[in-house]
Amino acid sequence: MDHITFLVAVVIVTALAFDFTNGFHDTANAMATSIATGALTPRTAVLVSGVLNVVGAFLSTEVAKTISGGIVDDSLVTPGMIFAGLVGAILWNLLTWLVGLPSSSSHALFGGLIGAVWVGAGAHGVHFDKVVEKVLIPAVASPVVAGVAALLATYLAYRLTDRARKKSVTKGFRAGQIASASLVSLAHGTNDAQKTMGVITLTLISTGALGHDAGPPLWVIASAGLAIGLGTYLGGWRIIRTMGKGLTEIQSPQGFAAETASTTVILTSAHLGFALSTTQVASGSILGAGLGRRLAEVRWGVAGRMVIAWMVTLPAAAVVGGVSASVVTNGGNIGAAVVALVGAALATGIVVLSRRNPVHAQNVNDTHEVTLRTGPPATVGSAA
Amino acid sequence: MQLDWSALGQVAAVSVGVTVAVVTVFALGVLGLARVEAAREENGTGSSTVGLTQAGLCFVACAAVVGYGIYLIVPQFH
Repeated sequence: MDHITFLVAVVIVTALAFDFTNGFHDTANAMATSIATGALTPRTAVLVSGVLNVVGAFLSTEVAKTISGGIVDDSLVTPGMIFAGLVGAILWNLLTWLVGLPSSSSHALFGGLIGAVWVGAGAHGVHFDKVVEKVLIPAVASPVVAGVAALLATYLAYRLTDRARKKSVTKGFRAGQIASASLVSLAHGTNDAQKTMGVITLTLISTGALGHDAGPPLWVIASAGLAIGLGTYLGGWRIIRTMGKGLTEIQSPQGFAAETASTTVILTSAHLGFALSTTQVASGSILGAGLGRRLAEVRWGVAGRMVIAWMVTLPAAAVVGGVSASVVTNGGNIGAAVVALVGAALATGIVVLSRRNPVHAQNVNDTHEVTLRTGPPATVGSAA
Repeated sequence: MQLDWSALGQVAAVSVGVTVAVVTVFALGVLGLARVEAAREENGTGSSTVGLTQAGLCFVACAAVVGYGIYLIVPQFH
């Protein structure tokens, strides 16, 4: 274990922290629609999702072989750059969670790494054509495909069950939602936990703690699985509210159609080797399901803000990653410690801010907005 | 950079096709179930054999698709 330097230890801790934010950021993808329709109670939903994420992490042996999937030149990447990239990704994940916007954790990670490598190794370390191919195209295509699928399915589901008893229909689709949402969670666990395992494993390989081509040691699998599962169980209630209530009011046939669309898009693309963002697929499905039901209201303002967040995610994480990388490269261990402290301070600040108007299991379905301000105090104007 | 348009088209076609098929079959199953429940409510002890069969067949078909989904997710099965 003498290969594990201070910096490597910091990278491992940061990677697990990212995994944790990844978990609670993405609970909404699988569970928001089930929570909104009452198919599962909020607490049960996050428990099921958390457990399935851990199971998924242990099931999949296909650990990410590269840190970035070829987006940056992996041979130029140092533990310092990985650390800087992770800090950028974590901060962006927390910031979007604060305002309740579902944004892609994968894009945040890619963005952070791109920024860190660009600053640390130069622009030639970033493969921009890969960025277009692996990030940009799927980001545009996957939500559209999921949306179209969910729209058609929702429309048909309502047409077919038009004359049946409303109560039976709602009950039937609610039961179906439990299965479809669970599949999304399982698929998520097999995909996203692998990224963190890949990052930690490759860091250990780069410092010689593990041999080349070594698989992840059990403690890496276990800790990555637990981090994402715990994050999922904690639940990103702010994002769950936006996805379950904010985009459109979801009924159980819509929820079932949306979750089925998400699952099939995720599974078919994974099967054909497309990297895509679970978040964007799930959001596209929910929008499609909203459009497929007659008279369902879709809040385009929320959808627009979400799309802006998607576009900004990669560059914003890249900027933070780049700044952190320059501090780490120039400052060595002290620089890394400074970045870690500043990052932790900012993260704490965001959590404190979120406390002003907390969203939790009890109030997640009460309203469709996530705000930072609490309502005006009830006693305004009373003589004091 | 070349983009694999045919793979992208495949993803789109398969996703839309499977989603619509699963949701349609499931909706038919729900319809069958609704028929059973309606019959039970109308004449107390009565049931609808047609509805029950329809629901059973549809839900078994959906379960098979879910099974295939799990098969795809878990690499140990391949």
